[in-house]
Parts: sequence; C-alpha cells; structure tokens
Amino acid sequence: MPREVAIIGVGYSGFRALTPEVSYKELMYEAAVKAYEDAGVDPRRDIESFVTVAEDFTEGTSIFDEYVPDQLGAVLKPVHTISGEGLHGFIAAYLQILTGAMDIVAVEAHSKASNILTPDEIMAFAMDPVYNRPLQVNPHFIAGLEMNRYLCETGTTREQCALVVAKNKHNALYNPLAAYGANIAIEDVLQSEIVSYPLSRLDMSPRADGAIVMVLAARERAEELSDIPIWIRGVGWCNDSFSLENRDWMNAIYAAKAGETAYRMAGIRTPWQELDFAEIDDTFSYKELQHMEALRLCRPGEAGMLTEDGATEIGGDFPVNPSGGSLGMGHLLDASGLARLLEVVLQLRGEAGQHQLPDVEAGLAFAWRGLPTTSGAAVILCN
Amino acid sequence: MGLRKVAVVGAGMTKFVRRAQETGRELAYEAAKMALDSCELTLDDVDAVALGTAPDAFDAVHMKGEYLSDGAGAWRKPFMRSYVGGGTGVFAPIQGWYHVASGLFDVCLVVCEEKMSSCQPHPQGAFLTIFDHTTERPLGPNLLWIFALEMNRYMQTYGLQKKDIALVSVKNKRNAADHPCALLGDPNITVEDVLNSEVLAWPVQRLDVSPVTDGAVAVVLAAENVAKRITDKPVWIKGVGWSLDTAYWTNRDLYYPKYVEYAARMAYEMAGIREPRKEIHVVEPYDPFDYKELHHLEGLLLADKGEAPRLTAEGVTARTGNMPVCPSGGLLGVGNPIAAAGLMKVAEIFWQLRGEAGKRQVPGKPITGLAQAWGDLMQVGTVIILGIGG
Repeated sequence: MPREVAIIGVGYSGFRALTPEVSYKELMYEAAVKAYEDAGVDPRRDIESFVTVAEDFTEGTSIFDEYVPDQLGAVLKPVHTISGEGLHGFIAAYLQILTGAMDIVAVEAHSKASNILTPDEIMAFAMDPVYNRPLQVNPHFIAGLEMNRYLCETGTTREQCALVVAKNKHNALYNPLAAYGANIAIEDVLQSEIVSYPLSRLDMSPRADGAIVMVLAARERAEELSDIPIWIRGVGWCNDSFSLENRDWMNAIYAAKAGETAYRMAGIRTPWQELDFAEIDDTFSYKELQHMEALRLCRPGEAGMLTEDGATEIGGDFPVNPSGGSLGMGHLLDASGLARLLEVVLQLRGEAGQHQLPDVEAGLAFAWRGLPTTSGAAVILCN
Repeated sequence: MGLRKVAVVGAGMTKFVRRAQETGRELAYEAAKMALDSCELTLDDVDAVALGTAPDAFDAVHMKGEYLSDGAGAWRKPFMRSYVGGGTGVFAPIQGWYHVASGLFDVCLVVCEEKMSSCQPHPQGAFLTIFDHTTERPLGPNLLWIFALEMNRYMQTYGLQKKDIALVSVKNKRNAADHPCALLGDPNITVEDVLNSEVLAWPVQRLDVSPVTDGAVAVVLAAENVAKRITDKPVWIKGVGWSLDTAYWTNRDLYYPKYVEYAARMAYEMAGIREPRKEIHVVEPYDPFDYKELHHLEGLLLADKGEAPRLTAEGVTARTGNMPVCPSGGLLGVGNPIAAAGLMKVAEIFWQLRGEAGKRQVPGKPITGLAQAWGDLMQVGTVIILGIGG
C-alpha cells in the first residue's frame, strides 16, 4: 500500500488577464506565503523539497529554475523543475513523499502569460523542427483538425461545444478567482471569428496570469498540521505520440491512460458514479467533451448531449468545471492543471463560496499540456 | 531508512561528437535502445520514462521534453522531464529513483539528450538568456566571464597558480583517450599545452574548458525484486541529494560551492556514509571547467578546502591513485552535451563498479562511487551515490 499523502495547504495569486503591478516573482511569493500559512508550515524549517513547473520559452529565461528558490523560501534546499504540466509537478512532489525520504514537499506553478509578446509564435516553436515547422502552419490548425474529427466521429455539434463555453463562463461569474466570467449565448460563440474551422475564437480559452503553490504532507504530518487534509487517492499521467503523423486524432489516448492509472490506484471502477465532480482541461471547448469521454465520465459521443441536458452544470448530476475551467478562469499555461486541482481542493474543503457544490467527497482534476502535445495528467482527491 | 531499493541495471551512450547528423530524437532513441539492449529488456518492460535535457534554446524547440518523448521511448507511457540546468544529467536519475522508490513503478528508463550544435554560431549565444532580464542581461554577460570570476576567486583564496589547475585538464583529457565515445581524448597533452592555449576570459583558457558537444546517454533503473531477475550485477542507488542556492549569485562568495556540500550531505546521510573519503572509491564530479573538478571535490567533502589541487598534483586523483577522479575523462575529455554529460558520469560509475569499464577500469575493485553535477547560475548541486553488494 502506498503511503497516504494529503494536500495541507494551498495558496494562489493573480488569475487576471493582466498583472502589470507585480512580477512573476511577486506572484509566486504571494501564493507561497498564503500556502505556507494555510498549511501552518515554515518553509525553512518544515518543507524538505520543492518542485517548480516551468518552460523556458514561456518564461523568456533559459534555465528558469535559477530564479525560483528565493521567493519560495527554498534557498539551499532540494529544488527542481518539472518542465511539464502543473499536475506533473504535483505528481513529482507526491512521488517524493511516497519514497519515504520526504514528509513535506511543496509544488509551485505560475503563468505570466501577459508578458509574452508573441505566444502563438512560441507555440509554433514546439512543432517538430524538421517535419512540421517548415510548413509554417498556425498551431491552432491542429486543434481545428482534431475538433473536426471529433465532431465528425461522435456526431457532437458545434452548438454543443459552444454550450461548454457558455456554461464555463457562466460558472466563472460565481468564482471570485475567475478572470473571464460572462453571460454569453451559443450564438456569440458560433459567430465569433473562425481560427481554424470549426474552432472559433470563443471556443478557445483566453490566457491569464497567476501562481499557485500547494503543500503536500505524509499522513502523520498531515493529521498533525491540518484539520482538513485533502487526501490524494490516485494519480496518473501519460504521453501519446508527439509526432502529428503518428498520433491518434480521434481519441485522447493520453487522457484515457492517465485516467485509468489514477482510477486503478484509487480503486474506482465506475468513475461517473464514484466521483462527485471533475475539473477537466477545457483549453478548447471540445476538449472538455473529448476528455470527459476519454476519462470514462460518460460513454463515447455522449458528452455533448449531457452538456445539453445540463448534467455538467453546477446544479447537474455531474458538475464539470464548476470553477469556470480555463474558458472562465483563463488559461494559466502550465499552471492550468494546478488551477483545476485548486478548485477540487476548495470544493472538498467546502470553501468554494458561491459556487460550492453540496456534499462532495471525491473529485478529479485532469490537465492537458496544450498544443501541440499529447501529454496529460490526472489526480483524484477525497476529503 | 526503509526506502525501497532501486538499482541501475543497464546503461548506454552514443558517441559524443561536435556535430551530430542525427536529430535530438534519434540521439535519444539510440541511447535508450543501447541501455535496454544492455540488460536485455524492451520498451514493453518499461513502466515510466524520466527525461533530462538542458536549455530549449540550444535547439530552439519549445517544450523540448515533449519533442524528445517518443524518441526516448515514452510513447503511451508516463513521462516527465526534469530540469536543473547543468545539474540535470545527475538529477534525471534521481527523478528516476523517486519514480521507482515510490513503489508505483518497477522499471524506469532514464534518458538524457543534448544537441548543442544546432545553436549557431555558438551555444554561448543561448546562454545569454540565462541571466536576469533586468539586472544582468543588459550587460551582455557570457558564461565564460562568470566562471572566470569564480575561478579567479578560487585561485585568489588559496594562492593557486594556473598550472595547479591545468593538471586536471591534462589528467581528464588523457583519461578520455581510453573512452570509445570521447570527443577530446588526448594521450599526449601537457600542462604547457593548456597554459599556451588561447585566453578566453582570464584566467579561463581554451583547454580549461569542455567542448560544445552533441550526444545522449540512458540508464535503466529497476526495483530490487525486478533488478535481481534482470541482472546478477545490480548497482544500487545508495543515496541521492540535491540543493539549489539563491539566484542572487553576486551575493555569494564564489570560492566554495556550499550547495554541493548540502547536496552531498543529503546523499551521504541517505547512503549511511560517515567518512566519505574512505567510503567513496571512485568519483565523477562535474568538470565543465578544470577548476570545477577541484571546487567540487572540496564541496563533496572529499578534499579539505583548498587541498584538491595538491591531491591532483600528488596523483591521488589519477585513475590508478587512491581516489580516482573522472576516470572516464570527464566533460573535459569525453565532451559536454550538458544533460547527457551528467548522466555519462552516472553510467561511468555503473560500469566501474561492475568492472566493465575496459581500459578505463580503476584498480582495486571499487564498491562505492559518486557522480555529481552542477549548474544553473553556479547554484545547484546534484549528487548520486551508487554501490554494489549490501
């Protein structure tokens, strides 16, 4: 049996389209101070290891972990970067505690997307430099292709995707952390300009700035330090093929495999019955639906209909992205997964405020790294 | 400590070359294939993949870990890329260690790849972007300059001469002459050659510095029960340690790498090592510059402060000495494809402890060895201790 590990502290800052008054270091500092206070730990004394999540090109600095230790209280401590999704970093922290060598580990992820002058060009630098980059396609083309295939194979409609946008932006109105809450209609989404057919501008989550820090602890320390530890029941992560030529365009295999690993670990057989809600990557509207199906939260092709029936709304049978998701909160680059997980923690603690779900005991967070990757991670939490 | 035991069971490396014809993915594939072949495993046996590669700016690939993933064998597998600058090569197996020691995986493939030659005209250009965007980058600093500062400080503190330090370069480049994958092995190099080489940024001269290199290295890690099925000669990971110092390097005294000491103490404690100078039999400290080997031996507590040059002059650190240091030839001789160079050091300890290092084999049947890397802004230490038996 793996060691039991809980989240005992969360801290966050930002979650705005622009944060011109603070640097990334100040965002991180604020999130860290809040998380340590929430956990009741002193980073210098209690935290044995730190994981930070970053990619050089989105930071504008090579070897970014150089600039991490000071504002996290981690100077001369074990610190390392995971160049992956925030949930990958979270899992790396969790694994360190599972070894038995560490009892308390912190994880940090952030986005200072508003500093990036040319985000689409940077995304293009993630394309295979030999085979794909010379074609000079806009990477959103990949999402358009995939969305088209998904709609075509499952019979899901653009309207159903637009409903995801309307739902998530509406949820975000009730989430004080969300930057992009709005009351919009399906027509608004359908009539916004096409980025790469059938993907329209409002099908895409807008970027935001923010930082999130979480403190994880092994059972003994968690129970000592926290009145409301939120337990980690399962984790899973997986890559499919990076190469555009070889990947499975219909199925989000990375999500299915990451989910299966997490479910197996948590002993979950029927996720839609045993989980109460989920926070799922919705970088693009169709991704929420595609990921729901891959994660077995409904049958293949059903997610659009469930959305239409209101099942995934805050008052529905199985709320999805009650926080507003990336569409409503803003896409926090590689911190997006931790934003999903943060909502799961707040819901399970009963601290979600106006958008609190009643009687929730188990929730799932799932993150995808975004274009052009096929990389995803899942975490299941219980209170 | 009751930790799950993790062994290195296989290793492989490509040739280290100045300009590889292969793409980064192909290099990663070659090393991974060799490592798996060396222990007669296939990708089907691999539960998870840990990858290390240093700045994305070298090959101008954003999310380089994702790009390398299928070459590194991560197709439809759990995959993560860790990153601590120059320390990455020794950190990646630490990442692999926590994957296996967590109990979630039995076999983890660790791959490190670097292709520096894509960066034209010279990867120093990419290193310009490691500096603080506000306080330092406008000055147009260069890595050689800051290492010149550090080398100068080290020499000043202990009254060292250039010739004391050049001995390291000579030793390592001569050792590398016996390494089949080496880029800059030279059996005839002398101290005069180093002292007469072009001055890059005083006191750093061309032959004090490791070369720009392309290459990849991979190792296979396995949990105890599986390792014993795979091989008769598992090499155990006895201890790991890592530590990151402040970003404000101008506030630090550069004469001593405290972060290396902290990382080493963490690893020694985990390995139950109390007297490292007696208990460590072969050492691969990070030597991108010749003075760094000395600096790191002191940080690792394997030499008193300021005494590492004397140990070198007396031959203690020679391949046949009492404490062989960089028998592989190190970065100075084998080459420095950043992340791959660190993992090369771990692979070298693996081969030395198994008695499979060929012409590089140190005498005396070593049973415990240490590999260390360093990076970021002269700021991070990563240490791994391997041992046989027990």
